[in-house]
Amino acid sequence: MAVNLEDKSKMVVTEGSYAVAHAAKVCRPNVISAYPITPQTHIVENLSKFMADGEIPNCEYINVESEFSAISALVGASAAGARTYSATTSQGLELMHEVLFNAAGMRLPIVMTIANRAVSAPINIWNDQQDSISQRDTGWLQLYAEDLQESADMLPQLYKIAEDKEVLLPGMACMDGFILSHVYEPLVLLEQDLTDEFLPAYEPEYVLDPKNPMSFGAFAAPDTYEEFRYLQEQAMQNALPKIEAVAKEFGEIFGRFHGGLIDEYRTEDAEVIIMAMGSILGTIKDVVDEYRARGEKIGVLKVRAFRPFPKEQIRKAIKDAAVVAVLDKNISIGTNEGALFTETKACMYNARCDIPIIGYTIGHGGRDIRLETIAKIIEEAKEVASSGINTESQFVEVREELL
Amino acid sequence: MKEIRIHGRGGQGSVTAAELLAGAAFTDGKFSQAFPAFGVERRGAPVQAFTRVSDEPIRLRSQIYTPDYVIVQDATLLETVDIASGIKENGIIIINTKENPENLKLETKAKVMTVDATKVAMEIIGRPIVNTVLLGAFAGATGEVEVESIKKAVKERFSGKVGEKNAKAIQEAYDRIKGKLA
Repeated sequence: MAVNLEDKSKMVVTEGSYAVAHAAKVCRPNVISAYPITPQTHIVENLSKFMADGEIPNCEYINVESEFSAISALVGASAAGARTYSATTSQGLELMHEVLFNAAGMRLPIVMTIANRAVSAPINIWNDQQDSISQRDTGWLQLYAEDLQESADMLPQLYKIAEDKEVLLPGMACMDGFILSHVYEPLVLLEQDLTDEFLPAYEPEYVLDPKNPMSFGAFAAPDTYEEFRYLQEQAMQNALPKIEAVAKEFGEIFGRFHGGLIDEYRTEDAEVIIMAMGSILGTIKDVVDEYRARGEKIGVLKVRAFRPFPKEQIRKAIKDAAVVAVLDKNISIGTNEGALFTETKACMYNARCDIPIIGYTIGHGGRDIRLETIAKIIEEAKEVASSGINTESQFVEVREELL
Repeated sequence: MKEIRIHGRGGQGSVTAAELLAGAAFTDGKFSQAFPAFGVERRGAPVQAFTRVSDEPIRLRSQIYTPDYVIVQDATLLETVDIASGIKENGIIIINTKENPENLKLETKAKVMTVDATKVAMEIIGRPIVNTVLLGAFAGATGEVEVESIKKAVKERFSGKVGEKNAKAIQEAYDRIKGKLA
């Protein structure tokens, strides 16, 4: 798991948001622009304080009146060659939607933390992952963190992946709002010297420069547009091995490994595999340990990269299971399925592998996910393994009395 | 793993207390986790904060439903909040009040202990802020955390005289509740 016990002497008890702000700081950004929104607020407050205290050299913090302007400012800054950072969530991220495509199409390695939160209406400030999942087709890399330490460690990793010349794509480091952002835990604040060793300064290949004029994302007619889309897809595919390699290199320098594209937990002989993304994984692992203690073969597959989607790695990890249950903190309304479930099914379809896969959408708008709920899902999955699928995908707990 | 729930009113520092407790437990060599009841903080309204303490790294991310210990900063909450909800039978509830536990008539199998933390705070700190004081009482009543570690966490958070006064009040509450155990 992510906690390296040898780190204990270096750990401090601090908030997830502080750890993330600190991580952004030691990545030496040149331009930060953000607009405060719960539960991202503590991240940008801490960054503002670092700026006011002169702790982020060679950096400009651009105050703006909306998330649309925040991401627009970063598009300009990144095109001019700056390493850029923002953080947002929920409606703020949705307001950025149009510009997210621009950032990806212009191949700008902007990095942004998403403190995942539900979307309105009805207004709800609590956690689920509907906000970032709804941006899955914008061409941004998306990684999902399991705990506080990973939420911070993900930032230098993501810069390194995003700025790679074979990738050059923007990336979202997704952490569950409140559940990770507002929790205090012992963790290691990223060391400046190790981060410098791991993450060299950004050296852009193409920049906006009046002395050497060029245009970014200006215009592409039908005879060339398709190739731009093709190259974006190629860049995403190039990111697959980079994500693995960068996670490994991070582990060598910092002594912590949170998984590459995926991370397997007790899956070696597992008959039932539970798949999920984000902070829910910790709770699932606790339940799975109880099952393992009773001799039941249950495993967990953490999906860390959602974009690019690691089809091959997922196929390999789940192909020998008797049943797979996929847990999603999001839903594509009209399919009755969460995104991870739909995509997992899709990547197995032509894989000459006929294991039953069931889906649950869970934890909408911050509804707490209890150990008992995970155990109930495992019991239902075991049932599917022996007698087939009854319900393919469902809401895990609907309060019938409210309907 | 031990789970602690802190009841207070918005503005009384329940979340701060949960964080300080997590820091103190870590000083003792344990792993810890502290978090608020998310998103409901309003001054004066009933709030809760939580701490988990364990010998192993903590992965669990659900809320706390069956605490081992409950700390109540404001006894008026007993009229409106089920502060004993879910507490384990061998658990301990620590309440800030000058009343004796039997006068509170709480329906619980858990052990109820009281300490007049407001009086301690007024006498030593000079303000009716009881969150840190109750952590001293918690250390005394449960033995789950060293009182010196609580004082260290508080002094790191509040420097100078404020920290010193808080440390003194923590020791006083610790001694008082220890006296009741004897």
